[in-house]
Amino acid sequence: MALNSLTFYTFASPPRFYGLAGALVPWLWALTIGLTLWGLWLGFFVAPTDATQGEVYRIIFIHVPAAWMGMLLYVVMAFWAAIGWAFKARLASMVARAIAPTGAMFTALALWTGAVWGKPTWGTWWAWDARMTSTLILLFLYLGFIALVAAIDDVRRADKAGALLALVGVVNVPIIYFSVKWWNTLHQGASVSVLAAPKMAATMLTAMLVMTFAFWAYAFAVVFTRTRAIVLERERSAAEALR
Amino acid sequence: MNWGSAAEFFAMGGKGFYVWSAYGLTLAWMLYDALSAAARRRRAAAQADQP
Repeated sequence: MALNSLTFYTFASPPRFYGLAGALVPWLWALTIGLTLWGLWLGFFVAPTDATQGEVYRIIFIHVPAAWMGMLLYVVMAFWAAIGWAFKARLASMVARAIAPTGAMFTALALWTGAVWGKPTWGTWWAWDARMTSTLILLFLYLGFIALVAAIDDVRRADKAGALLALVGVVNVPIIYFSVKWWNTLHQGASVSVLAAPKMAATMLTAMLVMTFAFWAYAFAVVFTRTRAIVLERERSAAEALR
Repeated sequence: MNWGSAAEFFAMGGKGFYVWSAYGLTLAWMLYDALSAAARRRRAAAQADQP
């Protein structure tokens, strides 16, 4: 391949993506493991005990990154699903399908880590608080997307139906994000804001951000691996259809 | 350093159950998600090799 034939679309070809992603995955795993060890070290050994909550606050180092990834991955999934629908880009639809299980996992983990944090600090595992309820809806949107694309046999029709559901559900993401501002219910306000000084110690913030990058590298590694699997599966079913 | 001993570390100021169940499920699920994606790719690759 001549260098001047490299364009933005070069890696939109599934076989090329397969090779490139395969080369990147080991590096992404190295990054994930390195950042996780660094983040956990900061979170458990450097960050001090919280003055009001004691040690249980240390759940924040996975709770907030998981919640952020759950929201981010939903937007990324809806974006690629829409690109796949609008431009008939096969790879984009495959990426959207590959994101869904990992996004659902992070959303469920945000709910779980929130429950085991809420019990000792608020005295309850769960409340129908605005942020918690909208995060539960996010989980259902992921599960709905997974079930919908699995239920339709025709791959292209399934991708279109999934894209429609993903796009409609995107409206929920800003609702989650601003829920702590719009409704004054149980969940505390934003810990980190672009406009205001952070409401926590610098080491706590650093540990949380390092864990966020660790989860982000993890998401890339897993989504690339799952997309590669889907590329192979679709190639096989296309070959079978021609036979 | 926050901890005087390993026992103190695991106790998490008496909130060990909550802290470790949060970290435990997170670790287990993230491992499962990664390993199942890798297994799916290997399975697909093995089937693609068959005529």
